[in-house]
Amino acid sequence: MRFELLKYLRGWSICGKAKDAIDQSLQFTNFLCLLHLTNTYICSTTIVYGPSMLPTLKMTGDVLLVEHVSPLLGKLECGDIVVVQSPDNPRKTISKRILGMEGDKVTFLLDPNQTHTRRTVKVPKGHVWVQGDNVYASKDSRQLGPIPYGLVLGRAFYRVWPPNGFGSLS
Amino acid sequence: MGTRNFLLNLAKKYVTVGLIGLTISDRYVSIVPVRGHSMTPTFNPQFGSSFADDRVLIEKLCLERYKFSHGDVVVFSSPSDHREKHVKRITGLPGDWVNTDLYDAVVIPEGHCWVTGDNPASSLDSRSYGPIPLGLIRGRVTHIVWPPQRFAKLDKQIVQNNLPI
Repeated sequence: MRFELLKYLRGWSICGKAKDAIDQSLQFTNFLCLLHLTNTYICSTTIVYGPSMLPTLKMTGDVLLVEHVSPLLGKLECGDIVVVQSPDNPRKTISKRILGMEGDKVTFLLDPNQTHTRRTVKVPKGHVWVQGDNVYASKDSRQLGPIPYGLVLGRAFYRVWPPNGFGSLS
Repeated sequence: MGTRNFLLNLAKKYVTVGLIGLTISDRYVSIVPVRGHSMTPTFNPQFGSSFADDRVLIEKLCLERYKFSHGDVVVFSSPSDHREKHVKRITGLPGDWVNTDLYDAVVIPEGHCWVTGDNPASSLDSRSYGPIPLGLIRGRVTHIVWPPQRFAKLDKQIVQNNLPI
């Protein structure tokens, strides 16, 4: 009788442990899911380096906060710094400044290193015109053409690293 | 007090299910309806019945590497309106030559692909807006899941419209 009771109790405690484990793993998955959703829909960080945005962003690598709400709601404006999936290579992202929304007319220097020829284009529906702040060393809409809105991943709004550049980006 | 506890537990469960569901549909698989007749022999074979829209299973793991092959059916957001999603078949990958009505023949640039509908008569596709960036692709269609009698795995069917070189 006593032996059976003991066995029963032991079985019960194992059951309780399993329940605990399930609960904990569920909580952990929950946390990961929440992390993923915040990262894709609300806010994430990104590292930007390269010379293309030079006076604004340093060449050595800045860490920026990127928010994903305004591209989702369609609230991007001219002058915003955006992170865009590169049309050349979908696994790479580039960060540029929006210079024209759909329907705008954009005038740009064709190749500022050599000539002063200007060209004006109208940005087609559903596209944005992005350009780097450093026109001399930037691969942007001047070569790639207007970028479909669907490739815009987010708007960079805050610099968190390096510490002396900490602050809003506008 | 008891009911409040119960409600709190219920809300917690709903949030959990919602979070996990959203993440799965975001990263792994989801189901979307196919509207219109641009893919007609493959999806929506009957004309005129909008009730019987096919629903298809799309997998998103392919978005980790962006490796696609000829004949894959993909879901992508339209280049002219990012809220619209289109379902088309990839018929050209970077480096291919494609024959079009609008231009004579174009080579597909790096990181782009050529998409066409299976029903060229009523399909708005790369023939009108040119090659699309691979980054617009949101998933690859693997199965038809609804209506149940049409449940099937999708086969790769290669459409020949590339110029022989």
